[in-house]
Amino acid sequence: MKIAVPADDRSMESNVCISFGRTPYFLIYDTETGESAFLENTAAEKHCGAGIAAAQTVVDSGAAVLLTPRCGENAAEVIQAANIKLFKTFNGSLQDNLDAYQEGKLPVLQEIHAGLHGHGGN
Amino acid sequence: MQAFTATEGINMKIAVLSGKGGTGKTLVSVNMAAAAEQAVYIDCDVEEPNGHLFFKPEAIAQENISIKIPVVDPARCNGCRKCVDFCKFNALAHTGQKLIIFSEVCHSCGGCALLCPEKALTEKDKVVGEIRRGVSQNVRVVSGILNPGEASGIPIIKKELSYAAEGDGLTVIDCPPGSACIAMESIREADYCILVAEPTLFGVHNLGMVHELVRLFGKPYGVVLNKCLEEENPSEKYCVDQGIPILGKIPFDKEIGRLNADALILAREKEVYRDMFFSLLHRTSKEVGHEAAIDS
Repeated sequence: MKIAVPADDRSMESNVCISFGRTPYFLIYDTETGESAFLENTAAEKHCGAGIAAAQTVVDSGAAVLLTPRCGENAAEVIQAANIKLFKTFNGSLQDNLDAYQEGKLPVLQEIHAGLHGHGGN
Repeated sequence: MQAFTATEGINMKIAVLSGKGGTGKTLVSVNMAAAAEQAVYIDCDVEEPNGHLFFKPEAIAQENISIKIPVVDPARCNGCRKCVDFCKFNALAHTGQKLIIFSEVCHSCGGCALLCPEKALTEKDKVVGEIRRGVSQNVRVVSGILNPGEASGIPIIKKELSYAAEGDGLTVIDCPPGSACIAMESIREADYCILVAEPTLFGVHNLGMVHELVRLFGKPYGVVLNKCLEEENPSEKYCVDQGIPILGKIPFDKEIGRLNADALILAREKEVYRDMFFSLLHRTSKEVGHEAAIDS
């Protein structure tokens, strides 16, 4: 099973990115092989609809689980339609959050925010 | 009362704009229209139109404004994702099983439906707002209203501007604040732009934004200084330094504030205010004439 996590940098020691749509990278961790891959989030520079495009990247990665501190409503619609499960991260490294998830310690992400549409300028 | 006749022979469309809200765009545009013999007032601030609160127009004709958004026929969609990759606004996503369309993000370019090799996408109308047209004494009032949450007021503004005065006549366009797409659309057809500025450093910054915009569009322009005090006015200094014509000054005045807060039109309340906006109109029409002379 693959797990996707928004990442500030391409290292397991880096922090989980506070933004889902505009995170620079996604960690794709494969629980079967133990391999970590980092995908560039091309949505980060998008004018608008970054959350939707980022969600598309996560869907295309084949992830079954997404660990993220927050998620906007448009992105969540795509993630949920693809049956990807959402869990809420805590302030810490990618590794810490992956470990916590695998120990069943991360809560399900309940609150979906209304998005920050248009706040990046027109 | 002196009648404003200087507009005869001039088909003048004046756009009133400013870098931020609250500088006095609506004050200036409502009163210029009211001071004219006849005028069309178009409120292009579709996210927060308020000109109608002053004019209280009657005999309202209402029409809905629609845009085209894509709809998918899931039976035809084979998940090729050409539409997803094409959309600059990321209004489409494909989960592997189904295509999701975000109509609030869609900018109605129609590209996805054109591109779809399976003809799985068609377009349907979606109402994004409305236009209300009415009459207030000498002024025909056109107001655009964008429904909350919609991405763009441009389709509404385009339609509103089609109601500008035909032939010889004055049209005053009350623009949205700022210098983004909707402000650009509002000044596109204008013969002349009036920039309204406040007497603060922040006001100078905002004036600079719209100043850049009107230069980019190659529009003739002048400034109205609003809320003027006795002390030094940074926006006036900016105009002098930049060689921008100052069309008029409106004082920072309690009575103006009170009348305006009561949604009364200054030019219809007192001769002194009517004269003030009549002069502004006259000065502006001279500027437009001056520009026309230079152009020819």
